[in-house]
Amino acid sequence: MMSKQSILSVRSIGHSAIEAVLRLGYATRFIALTLLHSGTSFRRPRLIIRELYFTGALSLIIILVSGLFVGMVLGLQGYQTLQTYGSESALGVLVALSLVRELGPVVSALLFASRAGSAMTAEIGLMKATEQLSAMEMMAVDPIARVVAPRFWAGIISMPLLAAMFSAMGVFGGYLVGVVLIGVDEGSFWSQMQSAVDFREDILNGVIKSCVFGLAVTWIALFEGYDAPPTAEGVSGATTRTVVTSSLAILGLDFLLTSFMFRGV
Amino acid sequence: MATENLVEISGVSFAYGRRPILTGIDMVIPRGKVVAIMGISGSGKTTLLRLIGGVMKPGQGQVRVDGRLTHELDQDGIYGMRRRMGMLFQFGALFTDLSVFDNVAFQMREHTDLPERMIRDLVLMKLHAVGLRGAAQLMPSELSGGMARRVALARAMALDPMLMMYDEPFTGLDPISLGVISNLIRNLNDVLGATSIVVTHDVHEALEIVDYVYYLSDGKMVAHGTPDEMRASTDPLVHQFVHGESDGPVAFQYPSASFSSELRLGARHDV
Repeated sequence: MMSKQSILSVRSIGHSAIEAVLRLGYATRFIALTLLHSGTSFRRPRLIIRELYFTGALSLIIILVSGLFVGMVLGLQGYQTLQTYGSESALGVLVALSLVRELGPVVSALLFASRAGSAMTAEIGLMKATEQLSAMEMMAVDPIARVVAPRFWAGIISMPLLAAMFSAMGVFGGYLVGVVLIGVDEGSFWSQMQSAVDFREDILNGVIKSCVFGLAVTWIALFEGYDAPPTAEGVSGATTRTVVTSSLAILGLDFLLTSFMFRGV
Repeated sequence: MATENLVEISGVSFAYGRRPILTGIDMVIPRGKVVAIMGISGSGKTTLLRLIGGVMKPGQGQVRVDGRLTHELDQDGIYGMRRRMGMLFQFGALFTDLSVFDNVAFQMREHTDLPERMIRDLVLMKLHAVGLRGAAQLMPSELSGGMARRVALARAMALDPMLMMYDEPFTGLDPISLGVISNLIRNLNDVLGATSIVVTHDVHEALEIVDYVYYLSDGKMVAHGTPDEMRASTDPLVHQFVHGESDGPVAFQYPSASFSSELRLGARHDV
């Protein structure tokens, strides 16, 4: 016969599963409402521009600096490996393809989740805890339309732009290390990159990835904030969940998207 | 035609899940009056306010505001009704990313097409009424608790509402701010020709300024009357509440097992 302990643990697994499905339902309803109430944001673009500044412009420094370092590391590591096969002139291709296909969208999305995503969750969670969202509702202003939707669209718009900046900065970092420091031939660095990187196959797919990541991170961050229990503990837990869930979502989605986009072609 | 009572509540019951919060509440709020809803914490006062604001719908009974049943209104109808209501939250609930000026201007910008110059004049008038015209450019983080409450009051009455609702407006204020807020509640009500509902457990301040009191206990309406009637009430609950006695029908001890069994006094004797 099953002991009481094992019955309880089975019950708690079931409870967590039901809870997870319910939250997924709430999150879907939340994004549907956000899309439905996005009209205000587009009628008053100032609302989006303001959020673009907070989520996009203020994330720029961390994105640029990280991009530079990632590019420099790629330059060093790539040179080390390519040199073994005597093909160090392909360094530009390696740096650029790694960045636009994978590292640009993925690393910038991870940074975006921890910089802008956590801030969005904490801000909305605190607005809820301090009754600012209830006050807005009592003033006949829909918080989804006024607070959530502008942040949602700002996240979707800024993510691909940030990923592009990250990749550009990374290529520059690879150039600094490969060409300026190590002395790889500058002509072959750039010309091989130009001929090997395809606009549709590589750049466009990278942009699509970063759009999807932007949607995932912003959706998770806003939902966690809106759904956070209105206490200090609730908001801090929600902020942590935003970073953890969006990081996992980014990496999982990256695998899915990569397997659709680059099937060994 | 306007009814005599702005708010009419009849036979209202409300529960969160299976936990009943309000049971069989009847009350009327006449136009132009300041009415207090009193009771100890957890007696269902704030829930009643939310029912009047249309945030929640009653499980049973009716809430009628300005002649319209709230549970029959859709989202647009509720929002339309709320544009003519102002609510002061317990700790102000000012938008922390907006200045004092922008907080007061918020509703005017959201709901009207008034030119910015007119909004500026109106906001300054509202801030002047609460004595904080000079603080227009400050951020909420730079205000004291009492000032924040006054700014929130100016924001709540930005569109000259027909009904003002105050949720615990006196909590956590120093005696001077407390006097200022209570005078403002009374004076603004009379000057604007509004109707006010004050949810509070601050007996002395409230009895000074209100016209009528409803007393809630455990989700039921146990007494009502004018402030003088409440002061003279012989109802044990009301008497304990008005005179702030620590023990009475509302017990000092939270329901618990017997003290001696909790300390295992019996067990010790056995050893």
